[in-house]
Amino acid sequence: MDSVKAFFHMGGYALYVWGSFGVTALLMVAEPVALARQRKAMIRRLRRLIRLESEYSS
Amino acid sequence: MFDVFFAILRRDLLLAMRRRTDVFTTLFFFVIVVSLFPLGIGPELNTLRLIAPGVFWVAALLASMLALEKLFLVDYQDGALEQMLLAPQPLSLLVLGKVAAHWLITGLPLVLLSPLLGLQYDLPGETIEVLLLTLLLGTPALSLIGSIGAALTLGLRGGGVLVSLLVLPLYIPVLIFGAGAVEAQASGLGGGGHLFMLGAMGLAALVVAPLATSAALRVSAE
Amino acid sequence: MSSRILNWFKFASPATFYPLAGTIGRAAAAVAVVLLAVGLYMSFFVAPTDYKQGEGYRIIFVHVPAAWMSMFIYVVMAFWAATGLVFRTRLSFMMARALAPTGALMTFIALWTGAFWGKPMWGAWWVWDARLTSELILFFLYVGYIALQGAIPDVRRGDRAGAILLLVGVVNIPIIYFSVKWWNTLHQGASVSITKGSSMAAVMLETMLIMTFAFWAYAIAVAMARVRLIILERERDTRWVSELPEVAG
Repeated sequence: MDSVKAFFHMGGYALYVWGSFGVTALLMVAEPVALARQRKAMIRRLRRLIRLESEYSS
Repeated sequence: MFDVFFAILRRDLLLAMRRRTDVFTTLFFFVIVVSLFPLGIGPELNTLRLIAPGVFWVAALLASMLALEKLFLVDYQDGALEQMLLAPQPLSLLVLGKVAAHWLITGLPLVLLSPLLGLQYDLPGETIEVLLLTLLLGTPALSLIGSIGAALTLGLRGGGVLVSLLVLPLYIPVLIFGAGAVEAQASGLGGGGHLFMLGAMGLAALVVAPLATSAALRVSAE
Repeated sequence: MSSRILNWFKFASPATFYPLAGTIGRAAAAVAVVLLAVGLYMSFFVAPTDYKQGEGYRIIFVHVPAAWMSMFIYVVMAFWAATGLVFRTRLSFMMARALAPTGALMTFIALWTGAFWGKPMWGAWWVWDARLTSELILFFLYVGYIALQGAIPDVRRGDRAGAILLLVGVVNIPIIYFSVKWWNTLHQGASVSITKGSSMAAVMLETMLIMTFAFWAYAIAVAMARVRLIILERERDTRWVSELPEVAG
């Protein structure tokens, strides 16, 4: 059990190591998630554009 | 071919003399910024002497950037810029003429005034001399590099702030060697090496900047 | 001879590049996930403790790859800018735009981890070390490019103005780096540079390289996803977009 505690303690550098890895992981997850959300919004917008055009032309 | 350079130079100086206030706004901006620091940091002469090179150079940087926005804007708005783009002579020559005029209006007065302000910071004679020399060598490079930013942000909303964002990182080497030369001289090391670097950067800017600026003008103005 | 050149240019058209970017993006994403998993495992469990800096040195496995990527991405953006200006291919400008946010992100990570590493090793959150300072200036260059792109409504002008700024920036990067290095050694007393005191054990170097390739694959995956977004945005009123499965479906 204590090896897990020692792992997170990181030889006293816990704040610095987990501060660095944590923020890096956070950002490298946030960016793809943001892109996925933007993609969904873009496709919704494109669909609306097409629907508008079809209604307009018919 | 070169008479177009002098034509543009003469025209811009003439225009500037008609709106004389512009010349003085940049100059007084420089004076005020330089005089602010003692008020902020305290009148203690030793510290003032220490910070003087940095203060002068940052103030010169900001002053030359302040006047950049109007470099091409007036011609752009009244259509003179389009004529310049169509001129048979190389555009970089016309740009050089405009930048030279910009330097004479904003850069040179700073250089001539800095000795007077140097006394405010109780700088010894030789340090003022080197400060004068570095500003003389450095401010043309600032105007040249700044003209690229001015051309890129021509006619944009909030162009003034944007120019500073684009151009300040590119000013940093000039700042480092300009202020460094004065400091090196003051600490007895002698500012020679720095001055050569400053001169080299000025010449490099003289060659590269007009090309980039004319390319940017063609992109922005059409 | 001419047919081969024609093929090469085939991918310059957004319509043909769009599906290709999808496949490259998915492949790169898979590679990135695998390499990150391996790299992270090695950074914590395989790489030995550093005799001088203890466990704290493990930050290097994130700091150095991010710093390398931040500089590499800027040069790649400048390459795309030059290609776009020379060949007048709009897609090259789109690639430069797609890379900018990721490059800025990598620079921020490099600065953040640099500060978190500097605090235990040098006792201060920010030290005016030559490399950290140059990284900060590189961050300003990224912000400047993104701000310029944002400020220009007209797409065509935005592309070309951004390209010129990138080329001017990339020419200045070595000048900035050497003048900051000169400035740093001038004030040597001010800071101690990140000396690799302990010679890098082989496994430490391997871990760092794996992490670097992981970051590289990540950047490609994200750039491809974003360039697809930019293509959809710019080609929104074309027929081929309306017939895309995800749109028409």
